[in-house]
Amino acid sequence: MSKAKGLDRRSFMTRGLAVTSAALLGGCDDLSRQPWVKRVLESAETLTRLTQRALLTPNDLAREYSQADLSRVFKANGSTNPDDPSYLTHAANGFADWKLEVGGLVETPLALSLDELRAMPSRTQITRHDCVEGWSCIGKWKGVKLSTLLARAGLKPDARYIVLHCADSLGPTADDKYYESIDLADAFHEQTILAYEMNDQTLPIPHGAPLRLRVERQLGYKMAKYVMGIEAVDSFARIRRGQGGYWEDRGYAWYAGI
Amino acid sequence: MAKREVIYRHAVAVRATHWINALVLLVLLMSGLQIFNAHSALYLGSKSDFDDPILSMTAVREDGRAKGITTVFGYRFDTTGLFGLGGDAESGYQRQGFPWSWTLPGYHSLATGRHWHFFFAWVFLVNGLVYLAYSFGSGHLRRDLAPTGTELKHVGGAIAEHARLHFPKGEEAKRYNVLQKLSYLFVALILLPLMLLTGLTMSPGMDAAFPVLLDMFGGRQSARTIHFIAAGGIVIFVAVHIVMVLISGVWNNLRSMITGRYTIEPEKEKP
Repeated sequence: MSKAKGLDRRSFMTRGLAVTSAALLGGCDDLSRQPWVKRVLESAETLTRLTQRALLTPNDLAREYSQADLSRVFKANGSTNPDDPSYLTHAANGFADWKLEVGGLVETPLALSLDELRAMPSRTQITRHDCVEGWSCIGKWKGVKLSTLLARAGLKPDARYIVLHCADSLGPTADDKYYESIDLADAFHEQTILAYEMNDQTLPIPHGAPLRLRVERQLGYKMAKYVMGIEAVDSFARIRRGQGGYWEDRGYAWYAGI
Repeated sequence: MAKREVIYRHAVAVRATHWINALVLLVLLMSGLQIFNAHSALYLGSKSDFDDPILSMTAVREDGRAKGITTVFGYRFDTTGLFGLGGDAESGYQRQGFPWSWTLPGYHSLATGRHWHFFFAWVFLVNGLVYLAYSFGSGHLRRDLAPTGTELKHVGGAIAEHARLHFPKGEEAKRYNVLQKLSYLFVALILLPLMLLTGLTMSPGMDAAFPVLLDMFGGRQSARTIHFIAAGGIVIFVAVHIVMVLISGVWNNLRSMITGRYTIEPEKEKP
């Protein structure tokens, strides 16, 4: 009898605990969806960005590794083969007729072929790619510094961000087209390049051919692949859902230095 | 004649930072599990060798059915329903690392988990700095937490006393015993700062500002692994701490951490 009573009490306590924790957790899930909670939580992003911006000088480089450190398998994440018809046409003939558009708030809009980009001064770097999911791969990248392109096009004084327009979509609607944006501190950083080579080979399609951005002091989702055009803007509020990037429009932080 | 005595045990700074930390660590743990679930594997070194994780939780198809498999240092465990693969035949199976009922939020959302984690990481930092400033400044650390030479010499005896669940009364109960002192010091000065530093080492921005972080922990993926193990260490500490609080006079302990007042039971008169 006392045993049955003990069991009863135990099952009562277990159930009680289960209900309480479910209520608490449910509460947290409801909280996670409240706009004001989102605003409060996301205020930390601003604090992190301002702190890192204060700590990072333009001379602070992401660590560069050696040839021996290269990942044997570099994971290709997100899109690995865009299905955009015009992209497929260009891919079929090795991007020979393709041109990178440089526009927006610039003095001289440019349209540069892959050969023209390759003829410009280049930078090669072996760096670590940190995915927001938690994994890291090390790869070797060669490309043209974004600062070189921006200097040639000439930024207008009100340009504040560089938007990368991409060929790939992660869904069926116009909103699902990949794009990214970075500020001028990152755009003019020494290691910020538009890479056309990876591990001494022409950049492969799963990794963003013909051109992918490298922003080495931030996470992988900032490093847009399949870059078709770059646009200087004063604000990204009017682009798509206004958060500055495909993943940003879906809740991820715009500043991805952490 | 010995009688019951009420002493003022915990300063308001210690009480406030204690409870804030308790809440913050719970949120950091649960949102941390959400972040871990985005890639439920751990590695050593700078990069992820996907073929050779030291820990992984994956869903596989074997013998015609789906299984959750956890691998630790090459040892495989079938953890179906818990790690790797969750759910059941009725509600359907889903891929997972840790169960979604353990994570914050309680559904798959890396973006939301990161917002919770980084907001509370800032609270953790500020709260920790307030605690350390108070503890060093007021002498709390030296007076209440630093073990004396004599205490250290008799650690063995203290462990034996503790194992018999014998808790001191009278004068001796007014101080932390040596095991408490050592574990509180370890958590406050080593484990929690380690969590912060290994967490920061996962930030590509912080790595560029302070490359020494990468050298301290043997690379970003090692830092992530240490972060995970240290989180486990905190979970173990909290579990033992709660058990100790429960069996050594739960109401007295709770009251002292809320109001600061702690009752000292008199020692039994020796015949």
